[in-house]
Amino acid sequence: MPIQYYIYLCLALFSIGIIGALTRRNVIIVFMCIELMFNAVNLLLVAFSKMHLAAATIADKASTVGTDGQLFVFFIMVVAAAEVSVGLAIIVMLFRNTHSVDINFLNRLKN
Amino acid sequence: MSTTEILFFFLSALALFSASMVLISKNPVHSVLWLVVTFFAISGHYILLNAQFLAIVNIIVYAGAIMVLFLFVIMLMNLNQQNEPQKNFWMKLTGVISGGCFMMVLVSLVRQTLDMQSKMAMTTSGDIGLIKNLGKVLFSDYVVPFEITSVLFLSAMIGAIVMGKKD
Repeated sequence: MPIQYYIYLCLALFSIGIIGALTRRNVIIVFMCIELMFNAVNLLLVAFSKMHLAAATIADKASTVGTDGQLFVFFIMVVAAAEVSVGLAIIVMLFRNTHSVDINFLNRLKN
Repeated sequence: MSTTEILFFFLSALALFSASMVLISKNPVHSVLWLVVTFFAISGHYILLNAQFLAIVNIIVYAGAIMVLFLFVIMLMNLNQQNEPQKNFWMKLTGVISGGCFMMVLVSLVRQTLDMQSKMAMTTSGDIGLIKNLGKVLFSDYVVPFEITSVLFLSAMIGAIVMGKKD
């Protein structure tokens, strides 16, 4: 599969995430769009790791080039899980204080 | 068209459609469910790339744990679509235009890159994505970051508890 197809797919997914984060006002939806962007990047990392493996196996059959890329994806998932737990705690606290999930309420952090 | 290509285009269309539905749905619960569909499509892509470990972890961690957490929070808040605030039309249009411009710039960049013209991603073969190979590297070269991850999780857990407490 040409690597460009994967790049276009991931760009489209990432852009959908950006559009969602810019156009919606519900904090939870914005947070979910951030997860979508994480996943687009993860898919691209895996595709690139397999691209480098395809280039390396021509010279050496038992090559393990590209393992680092997949471990990066693993660490991104780990950090995303930690981020979600803290972020949802913040959202619950926001909801408890303002009784709304409108992202514009976070404006009051300014003063 | 080979089976791999048919599967690739089907999974891509599914991922893009369900990702769009995440934004379009008015009800947050429906958004979460469409996002789960997106994650399953991406897991299908991982399987197609023979990254089996990541496919399983993606389903268990994202579609299983994180999305259930989202659903739990949404149901705890008892949100329904009537009280969801909406941005006005011009703000939405601006967001869509800026996201579209971002995508257009990057697509034109990728189209012009000569380095990417003839590269292929290896599908359905290559065994670096198996648990055995990933585990060997994870517990030899990456053992320090792996242990630091546990500290990260501990701090995230403490942070969530401190913020979630009443008062």
